[in-house]
Amino acid sequence: MSLWEYANPKKFTETTARVLPVVVPLAGACLLAGLIWGFFFTPEDYKQGSTVKILFLHVPAAMMAVNAWIMMLVASLVWIVRRHHVSALAAKAAAPVGMTFTLVALVTGALWGQPMWGTWWEWDPRLTSFLILFLFYLGYIALWQAVENPDTAADLTGVLCVVGSVFAVLSRYAVKFWNQGLHQDSTIMKVGEKDPLDPAYYWPLIFCLAGVVLMFVALVLLRTVTEIRLRRLAVIEAREKFE
Amino acid sequence: MIALLLRDLRIAFRAGGGFGLGLAFFLLVAVLVPLGVGPEGGTLARIAPGILWVGALLACLLSLDRIFALDFEDGSLDLLATAPIPLEGVVAVKALAHWLVTGLPLVIAAPVLGVLLHLPEAGYGWLVVSLLLGTPGLSAIGAFGAALTVGLKRGGLLLSLLVLPLYVPTLIFGAELVKRGAAGMAVQVPLLLLAGITLGAAALLPFASALALRINLR
Repeated sequence: MSLWEYANPKKFTETTARVLPVVVPLAGACLLAGLIWGFFFTPEDYKQGSTVKILFLHVPAAMMAVNAWIMMLVASLVWIVRRHHVSALAAKAAAPVGMTFTLVALVTGALWGQPMWGTWWEWDPRLTSFLILFLFYLGYIALWQAVENPDTAADLTGVLCVVGSVFAVLSRYAVKFWNQGLHQDSTIMKVGEKDPLDPAYYWPLIFCLAGVVLMFVALVLLRTVTEIRLRRLAVIEAREKFE
Repeated sequence: MIALLLRDLRIAFRAGGGFGLGLAFFLLVAVLVPLGVGPEGGTLARIAPGILWVGALLACLLSLDRIFALDFEDGSLDLLATAPIPLEGVVAVKALAHWLVTGLPLVIAAPVLGVLLHLPEAGYGWLVVSLLLGTPGLSAIGAFGAALTVGLKRGGLLLSLLVLPLYVPTLIFGAELVKRGAAGMAVQVPLLLLAGITLGAAALLPFASALALRINLR
């Protein structure tokens, strides 16, 4: 029994079929609970009023935008080193999901920034690096679509993902150096320190984070299985044409 | 490898090789920006470092697809891949040739365009230094993008989309270096970081580019 068993597309599809009926309701329940709790049963902030509740969408989306890229990096490395097709397809499947999370984080951030900072957009380090991350996702997806041979596409996007990760980290530091920002630091890990996240917001936020992580897992699994089936369909069609 | 470098340079300098295209583009940017922004010296002086760096970067981008495309079409890239010199070396030489044809003329022309944009006097030295340090990095990163997209029929736009986010750190540190130099502030930090990025890109990216080329030639 090893992890690499799941590199077998058949085994992967079967396991996914068993896991998905658990993960999807769990993700839905967590999100629903977290959002309803967060939107309707938390007190309003004394300075920010009800706008503070964008937090429950903004923070999970921003977290997953970065984590999705890290997952793609790991999947790409597995593909480059061990040549498991499922891994390459998982990276391909995760990219649009990650891009959507990036976009959600940017848009909710703009909606939050308008009443709080008095501006929709500010060239703040965090905002700028998310915009750059969005461009990285865009390039990655465009390269997948542009290359016709699926194995070549998987290889090229894998190399791009690895090199892109290095430059994404570099950009993060470059942008920090370039401008000191408005955006506050992350507060969720600051329990017990000064200026912590209010406990009233803590648990709904945890539910939202868990829900978004589970949603990401469900979407990526589903999309990977779809990719595997598309690949099979292409093989069947090619075989029929041949006969 | 020297023969390859000379060959690439000869092709570029002969008619239709595209030499000077980037330079002309750089000049156009430096002329168009004052026309769009207005002729006030103070405004121009403030944005001059950024405009010059963005112009140089876009001029570099313009000729990237030529690095490998022509050799890929007529098959000489296949010959180079099977030649006794390593493909990583071929990539490095081709990036160097691209820099000599595109980057070096930009470095030489930049002070003249700085006059057009009212760059403060203290900035000229740093402008040349920053471009001299930064543009080789742009060529090395660009060669990587060109290697990724060499097999595609219409890779031009995709190439820009892939390469521009990779240019962000170089642009930030390059423009910051000129800005600080022109204002008479300490320049050591952006100077070292810019040099570090270029050296890192020149040392490591040829391996990634050669990998991408091998995949595309398969």
